[in-house]
Amino acid sequence: MTPTEPMIRLEAVEKIYPGSDIPAVARLDLEIMPGEILVLVGPSGCGKSTTLRLINRMIEPTSGHIFFEGEDVTNVDADQLRRKIGYVIQQIGLFPHRTIAENIATVPRLLDWDDDRIESRVDELLTMTGMEPSIFRSRYPKELSGGQAQRVGVARALAADPDVLLMDEPFGAVDPIARDRLQNEFLRLQAELKKTIVFVTHDIDEAIKMGDRIAILQEQSVIAQHDTPEAILAGPASKFVEDFLGAGATLKGLNLMRVREVEVDDMPTVVAPTSREQVLQTLDSSGSDWVLYLDEKRMPRRWLDRRSLDDVEALSGAGREVNAFVEPEDTVRDALEIMLHSTAGVACCVKPDGTYRGVIRLETLMALIADLQRQERDKQAAVAAASS
Amino acid sequence: MQGLQSLIDYMSQRVDLIWESTLTHLLYIGSVFVVGTIIAVTVGVLVRHRPVAREIALGIASVMLTIPSLGLFVMLIPLVGIGFWPPFIGLTIYSLLPIMRNTVAGLSSVDQAVLESARGMGMNSRQRLWRIELPLAWPVIITGVRVSVLLISGIAAIAALVGGGGLGDFINDGLTRIPLPGSLEAIWTGTLLIIFLALLIDSLFLLFRRATTPAGIR
Repeated sequence: MTPTEPMIRLEAVEKIYPGSDIPAVARLDLEIMPGEILVLVGPSGCGKSTTLRLINRMIEPTSGHIFFEGEDVTNVDADQLRRKIGYVIQQIGLFPHRTIAENIATVPRLLDWDDDRIESRVDELLTMTGMEPSIFRSRYPKELSGGQAQRVGVARALAADPDVLLMDEPFGAVDPIARDRLQNEFLRLQAELKKTIVFVTHDIDEAIKMGDRIAILQEQSVIAQHDTPEAILAGPASKFVEDFLGAGATLKGLNLMRVREVEVDDMPTVVAPTSREQVLQTLDSSGSDWVLYLDEKRMPRRWLDRRSLDDVEALSGAGREVNAFVEPEDTVRDALEIMLHSTAGVACCVKPDGTYRGVIRLETLMALIADLQRQERDKQAAVAAASS
Repeated sequence: MQGLQSLIDYMSQRVDLIWESTLTHLLYIGSVFVVGTIIAVTVGVLVRHRPVAREIALGIASVMLTIPSLGLFVMLIPLVGIGFWPPFIGLTIYSLLPIMRNTVAGLSSVDQAVLESARGMGMNSRQRLWRIELPLAWPVIITGVRVSVLLISGIAAIAALVGGGGLGDFINDGLTRIPLPGSLEAIWTGTLLIIFLALLIDSLFLLFRRATTPAGIR
């Protein structure tokens, strides 16, 4: 396999359900390159899930060929094929009668790995997805929150280290805040793992955030546009794509920009253990109204001002709790949402390990949006001028 | 009080006989439980994805349950003779419906997403059945088995009428000797022991269900 050969290639794949004249998927050609996240996005009923399920032959194509690492797998044993492809669905489908460890071990067991290898792999995956093995190994799915179940679902799909991961609206069933978290975690994981991923969603914002490339599908899984998110936002190929992107392409662009690209501001800080005098001195010398209190591990804990220092025993309980955190991998849109939720107008930017990096002010983001909008207006004016 | 005393006297004089009849009764229940469960669960599994076959199988099992037990046992005599076999076959036929119905219900209650993910990870249909579907349907299936066993432990009393023995012997014996002394005591002995046996088996099943239901779905 040469590096430029696609990991997965669909060639004139068609699916016509029995008793129907109209194909659900009509002669689709699609290439998915190694290590990329390809997002299939489109309105409901466009056949995006069907397309995904054709790849691991959960649905058998009526005609056409599917190639996996250059090999035609249209007619190989489907069960054997699926063990080499990770699969995550929206409802996750964890096995309720099996522990988390047993759930994750599903494919390795099917592949007859020995017990020691399975055990260490399970622990590795739990750690990788941010779940303490000693706590979660022997729990049952009913004891998990939605976000935890979703992490286990991803860990289970990754268990036998497949090169390819198919994900069907994997974060669709969790609340928006948890979804942002899961998306960011997943992107961070993917930066290490470099899997080839096909990701289905109906949410264009999620598509822009997650995709290295996006295929926008219209009815019968016809590709309306297949390109990077930047290119699609900059130049929608058709009226359909334009409509699907919807209004406010500028704001969509916020999904593309990461917090690490935004300038962070400094904030006067005090690090525990510290004293009232130290805080007052920092307030005086910086001229700021607020000072950020970091704990021993340099994690931001409290916002302190002069007033909050009165009648308080411990600084760790004084002032206001820090509740708006953003990480470098968060999109600017995430950051904006987090700020609006916390009503703080300023968010603490932390490194992945939770330690303090700087703060992002609402003003910074507002300026950024205004800037993007100005660019958008200029571009439209240029287009209008060129066409008149 | 006098009645109770005479019942106790009656029973204490016949401990060996009671013991033997109870064992015969248990033999019916035990063998029918095993064979009936195997047949009904197998059929239930085979028809689970075939709506027409499912309705036919459940329909036949329902009709069988409406055949009067005495009639059924007697009809079997020309085919298999008297003794153990007519009651065994008849009781097995009666045991099918509750188990089959619960097997079908249990299997169809398994979450589609769970089956989808099992299939998507490369479990073949046999692996899905043994590792996912049956364990998840188990609590419902075992409840059907329990109902079935209670049902047959009562009907098994009829075995006595076709020479099959069991605790029904006491009832039969009492009935034929009414109003001679000891006839009522015989009927009471048979009836009470059957009820006692049924309650005992029922509580054993509760324990068994609890012990065999996977912790995650308890």
